[in-house]
Amino acid sequence: MAEILIPKITPPATAATAAKSAAPLIEIENISLFYGASKALKNISLKLDEKVVTAFIGPSGCGKSTLLRCLNRMNDLIDNVRIEGAIKIGGHDIYSPDVDVIELRKRVGMVFQKSNPFPKSIYENVAYGLRLHGVKNRGELDAAVEKSLRQSALWDEVKDRLHSSALGLSGGQQQRLCIARAIAIRPEIILMDEPASALDPIATTRVEELILELKKDFTIVIVTHNMQQAARISDQTAFFYIGELIEFDATGKIFTNPAKKQTEDYVTGRFG
Amino acid sequence: MNTVTAPEYLPDTPSSSPTMRHFRAEKFDFWSFFFSGLTGLATLFILGILATILLNIIVNGWSGLSWHFVSTIPKKDFFDIHTTGVLPMIVGTTFRVIVMTIFVIPVGVITAIYLTEYASNTSIITRIIRAAVNNLAGVPSIVFGLFGLGFFINFIGKNLDVVLHNTNAIWGQPALIWASLTLAVMTLPVVIVATEESLKAIPPGLREASLALGATKLETILKIVLPQALPGIMTGGILAVSRAAGEVAPILFTGVAYYMASLPSHLSDQFMDLGYHVFVLSTQSPNIDQTRPILYATVLVLLILTFALNIVAILIRARVRKKLRALG
Repeated sequence: MAEILIPKITPPATAATAAKSAAPLIEIENISLFYGASKALKNISLKLDEKVVTAFIGPSGCGKSTLLRCLNRMNDLIDNVRIEGAIKIGGHDIYSPDVDVIELRKRVGMVFQKSNPFPKSIYENVAYGLRLHGVKNRGELDAAVEKSLRQSALWDEVKDRLHSSALGLSGGQQQRLCIARAIAIRPEIILMDEPASALDPIATTRVEELILELKKDFTIVIVTHNMQQAARISDQTAFFYIGELIEFDATGKIFTNPAKKQTEDYVTGRFG
Repeated sequence: MNTVTAPEYLPDTPSSSPTMRHFRAEKFDFWSFFFSGLTGLATLFILGILATILLNIIVNGWSGLSWHFVSTIPKKDFFDIHTTGVLPMIVGTTFRVIVMTIFVIPVGVITAIYLTEYASNTSIITRIIRAAVNNLAGVPSIVFGLFGLGFFINFIGKNLDVVLHNTNAIWGQPALIWASLTLAVMTLPVVIVATEESLKAIPPGLREASLALGATKLETILKIVLPQALPGIMTGGILAVSRAAGEVAPILFTGVAYYMASLPSHLSDQFMDLGYHVFVLSTQSPNIDQTRPILYATVLVLLILTFALNIVAILIRARVRKKLRALG
């Protein structure tokens, strides 16, 4: 199975990414993750380029969310997790002992499956990360909040009630607010863990449009159960099955002409 | 007996068919009637007891209640209904409860934060702390009183006097501060458990969101977790106040006085206390019949004071909740 472990890197088809430097932004090198004795990720290697949307797909329990949470070290919060291998972001191993996790999470933002706005005002939600990282100037905060809300296509809907509770927003608005909150601190990478799985089709479409828009400025890794969604918004797709990376390629190829039988079965809905 | 007829849109099935049997009124179910009746009776019984106690106190205590009664510092002989008063007891009880709250809330909250946010649930030390907290809740209150005497007065207080070169015992004797601290130790489990529960009730997603934005654990606790947990923490405080206000045993050796001619003005002063005064009135009186109205009135004042302290805390909590809902 050695050929599975070293996926071929096909440059994604978009023009935007073709212009980028050759060095990939994220290099996942032979990562294995253990929950106690059970091995949840098995020797996974992947290279992801800058300003590209990568989708992680696969059946539940295949390890795609686990791998995503390795990228900003959210797995550190769980007891009993052991990680082998290296993940390099911009050439630095984020698991080396000298890495400042706070700094890492500033550079690698995250949007969760269940929208989780803080029980604060809309404004304070977006400003939270900025305040954490020392922004105190009111004008600077105002500008950053507006910019983030505009970028997440929420500004027009909330500009008149910035100081009312974020919990009064609809589910889709809350999720876009969480995206605004994540991009407010200008990360390089945004991790999205099934960001639209709890939303209705219209809200989902808005989030998907947003992701395509955000791609201009951010590198995005998205976990999704929705095959059409992966096909619509991602440049490249990685298919996982029971902790292994089965196939990683340009999204068009994964969905039309996958190299592996397993991948084909999954994307055509024959299992999973 | 009426038979259940099927609506027109249903196929005409005989009512005795197995599919229809479910929809028919069952015959009288004795056990379900019995148990619902039993739960109702139990509730009524408890309400009845509570109502009896309250009514008895209010009816008998009301006549003794007057502005003079609650605003007078009594003479040494406080068994005369016409001259006696309970002002020093009101002041003493109020202050010991407030001082206790000032100590118990921070210590309890910090302990609960350690237990829920930092300590590993599986470690031996955490288990020992948890067991200790639970056992603390089960210790008889008189034991807390003895502990307060031994630890706070004879150990801390006496040594404080030595360190401060006090020739007379100032801290090494029963005092408001030691009684309050003893009560704080006693009510610590209440605050810890209530705080822990409210911390656990906060969705993990909120913590994750904060951490994923690059917040440290401490920042997350201070900015996200604690504000959300505030109403729950205050519930713990309210329970602690309710428990402590009426307790007599823990203050018996640690600060309460049989009689004081003036109000307490310093943490090292002794104080008079409503609960203890009730005990004094009912055991030390030369004429029980003559003392009874004072006794009832004093108990009524104690009840009103406890309710008042609670209501203040509940009102503050309601405001916090409202603020959290509106903005946070």
